[in-house]
Amino acid sequence: MRRTRAAAVGAVTLSLVLSAAACGGGTSGGAGSNENPETLTYWASNQGASIEVDKEVLQPELDKFEKQTGIKVKLEVVPWNDLLNRILTATTSGQGPDVLNIGNTWSASLQSSGALLPWDTKNFEKIGGKDRFVASALGSTGVQGQDPAAVPLYSMAYALYYNKKMFADAGVAKPPATWDELVATGKKLSKDGKSAIGVEGSNLANNIHQVFVLGKQHGADFFTPDGKADFTSDGAVAAVEQYVDLMAEHKIVAPGNAEYAQNQSLSDFSNDKTAMVLWQTASATFASQGMKEDEWGVAPAPVQSGAPGQGKATNSMAAGINMAVFKNTKNIDGAMKFVKFMTGDEEQKILNKAYGSIPPVSSAQQDPAFNTPALAVLRETLATSAAALPQVPEESQFETVVGTAVKELFAEAAAGREVTTESVRAKLEKAQQQMPKK
Amino acid sequence: MTTTAIEPAGRTASKLTPGKARSPRPPGRLRRISLPYLLLLPALVLELLVHLVPMVIGTVMSFKELTQFYIRDWGTAPWAGFDNYALTVDFDAPVGQALLNSFLTTCLFTLLSVGLCWLLGTAAAIFLQETFRGRGILRTIFLVPYALPVYAAVITWAFMFQRDNGLVNHVLHDQLGLTDSPPFWLIGENSFVTLLVVSVWKGWPFAFLIMMAGLQNIPREIYEAAALDGAGVWQQIRRITLPSLRPVNQVLVLVLFLWTFNDFNTPFVLFGKAAPEAADVISIHIYQSSFQTWNFGTGAAMSVLLLLFLLVVTGVYLLATSRGRKTGDA
Repeated sequence: MRRTRAAAVGAVTLSLVLSAAACGGGTSGGAGSNENPETLTYWASNQGASIEVDKEVLQPELDKFEKQTGIKVKLEVVPWNDLLNRILTATTSGQGPDVLNIGNTWSASLQSSGALLPWDTKNFEKIGGKDRFVASALGSTGVQGQDPAAVPLYSMAYALYYNKKMFADAGVAKPPATWDELVATGKKLSKDGKSAIGVEGSNLANNIHQVFVLGKQHGADFFTPDGKADFTSDGAVAAVEQYVDLMAEHKIVAPGNAEYAQNQSLSDFSNDKTAMVLWQTASATFASQGMKEDEWGVAPAPVQSGAPGQGKATNSMAAGINMAVFKNTKNIDGAMKFVKFMTGDEEQKILNKAYGSIPPVSSAQQDPAFNTPALAVLRETLATSAAALPQVPEESQFETVVGTAVKELFAEAAAGREVTTESVRAKLEKAQQQMPKK
Repeated sequence: MTTTAIEPAGRTASKLTPGKARSPRPPGRLRRISLPYLLLLPALVLELLVHLVPMVIGTVMSFKELTQFYIRDWGTAPWAGFDNYALTVDFDAPVGQALLNSFLTTCLFTLLSVGLCWLLGTAAAIFLQETFRGRGILRTIFLVPYALPVYAAVITWAFMFQRDNGLVNHVLHDQLGLTDSPPFWLIGENSFVTLLVVSVWKGWPFAFLIMMAGLQNIPREIYEAAALDGAGVWQQIRRITLPSLRPVNQVLVLVLFLWTFNDFNTPFVLFGKAAPEAADVISIHIYQSSFQTWNFGTGAAMSVLLLLFLLVVTGVYLLATSRGRKTGDA
C-alpha cells in the first residue's frame, strides 16, 4: 500500500515537475555546448516565392557544407507568419534550432529575451571579423552599445517600382521623386478602375516600415532616445496621416488595398492594375508573376525634398534578414562554422543572387551581379539613405500596436470615413497605452 | 469499474470461513482498495498535465510582470501583485476598454451564433425525421462542414469574402446588384457578420447531429397517439419533440456556448493576427495581448478572468437546468 501510494505520489510529482520545467524551461543558460557535433538544425525564413523554392535554393548549399565539414544540416523553412511565434516558443521551452533566421527588425526584441548567442569580438573573429559587414546592416543587429544578437545575412531596401506601360499610357515621363509629385502623378494614373500606388493595409509589418520612413522624414523616431514609446509626437502623427491620406484624401490607392496582407498589391502591379508599389527587392516576385524585366522600372522611394539622404531625407528602412545562433545549441562549434559558411563571400553571392537581395558583406557586394539598374538603386539606398528601425526591446510590440492602428485607419478610409489629425492621434494614443509599462 | 473491483473481493470472501473473514489479508485488501485508484491514475496524471498544470502556471503568470525580458526563464519575472488585473479591469484606460469591448462583442457573437446553430440544427433534424427520397444525401451534405478541417474551410471563406476578388461580392454586387459598391467583409463593421456566418456554418452541423440522435429516442407511438387526438405538426413539435429533447438541449447549448465563446481558429484564420475592432473576440484579443505585444502577464490575467467567467456561467447554467429537471421529473 505504502509503495503504491508512494508510486502514485511520485508519478504525479514527476509529471508536475516535468511540465513545470517544460513550461518554464530554457533556464540552462551558458553559451552552448558541443554535445552533438554531427548535426545542426537550421530554421530558414521564407525568402523565395514559396517554401519549396527556398528548399531548392538552400539544400544544395547545405549539402556543400556537409561535404566540407561532415556536419549535416537539417533544414526547416518557416513561413513569415509563424516565425516570430516559433522563436518565442523555442525561447520559452529552450528547445530551439541551433541556427536560425530572424527579421533584422526583431533583433533587439529577441536579444532582450536572452535566447540568442551574443556576437562579441571573439565570436565575430570566428567568422572573419565584424569589419566584413556593411555598417548599415550591422545597425540592425541589436541594441546599440551591446554585442549584436545576430549577423546580417541578406540586405534589402525599399524602392519605388513603377509599371512602365501604365506610366506611358497616362503620359507620365518619369517616376516621382517627391511626395507632392507622387500625388500629382498618382491622380493622372488613377482612372478607369486603375490606381496609382498599392499598399498592404492589413499587413502590420509593412505598415510599420512605411510609417517609420515617413516618420523620419517628419523628424519622428517613434521612440525617445532612452527607449520609451513616443507614438504621438507631431511628426509620428503627420507620418501616419500622410500615409493613410494616399487613400483617404488623395484617392490614389484603391480602397480594396485596405484588406491586403498577402502581397496582393504586387499581383495588381503585375496585372497592370496598380502603377506603383513601394517594396523591397520585388524583382523575383514580378518574374514569378510573369512580368518581364523591361516592363517595370525602379527609382528611389520619394522624400519630401526629392534628394534622398540621411535624417529627414531617409527613404527606406534598413531591411534584411539576420542569422542568429540559439544560446542552447548543442553544437556551438558547428553553428559557428555554419554561420561562417553562409556569410562567406561565395555563399553570399550565390544566396543573394537567388533571392534578389544585396549581400551585407562588403567584398561580396562588389560582384557585378549586384550592379544591375534595379539592384544599384537598392544598394545605393542602403549605403546612403536607409535607417534602421528603432533597436529597442519593444520593437516587436511597436510593429503590432502601431501596425494595427494604421490597419484600422485604412479600414476607416476604405469605408469612406474621414481620417483627421485627431483620429490618427487617438489611434496612436491607444497604441501607445497598449505597450508594456517600463 | 465497480464490478471489476467487487468481483475479486467476492471470490476471496467465499473461500474464507466466517471467523477468518475479517482477519487481515493485506495483498487482497490492498488490491481491492487501490485498484480503482490505480486505474484512475493514468487519467489523473494526464488530466493534471493537460489541464490543471497549465491552469496553475497561467494563474501564477497572471501575478507576474512577464514580458520578453523574462520569457526565457519566467520564474524569475518580478511579482506584479494585482497590477495585471487592475490594468485589465480599468475600463477607463485603453487596455480595459478594449477588453470590455472585446468581451461584449464576444457575448453578442456567442448569443447569436449559438442561437442560430441551435435553430438551424433543430429545424434540419426535425425536417429530416420523415423518410423521403434523398434524405441520406441531405444528411451527408449537412454534415460536411463538421467533417472538413477547420483551417481549410475557414481559409476558403476568407477567400470568398475578399472585397475585390471574392465570390460573395461577385454574387451580391456584380450579379444581383444589391449594393452600390462592393462591401468589405474582412475589415470594418461587416467583419462581425462575416465571423457570425462562418461560425454558424461551422457549428450548426454539430447541433444537427446531436438533435438527430436525440430525436431517435422519442417513441413514434407518442406522435401517433397525438395525431389521433388531433394534434397538428406544430403542436407535436411544441408539446412532444422539444420537451423530449430537453436533456439533449441542455448539453448541446452548453457545449456550443463554450466552444463558440473560446473559438480561436475561426477569427484567426479569417482576419489574421489583428482582428478588426468589430470582430475582436476575446480569444483573439487575449492572443494579441499575450503573443503580439508580449504582455504575457496581462494576457494571463485576462485568461484567468475569462476562466472565472466561464466557470460561473457554466455553474449557474448547470444549477438552473438540473433544478428545472428535478422539478420537471417530480
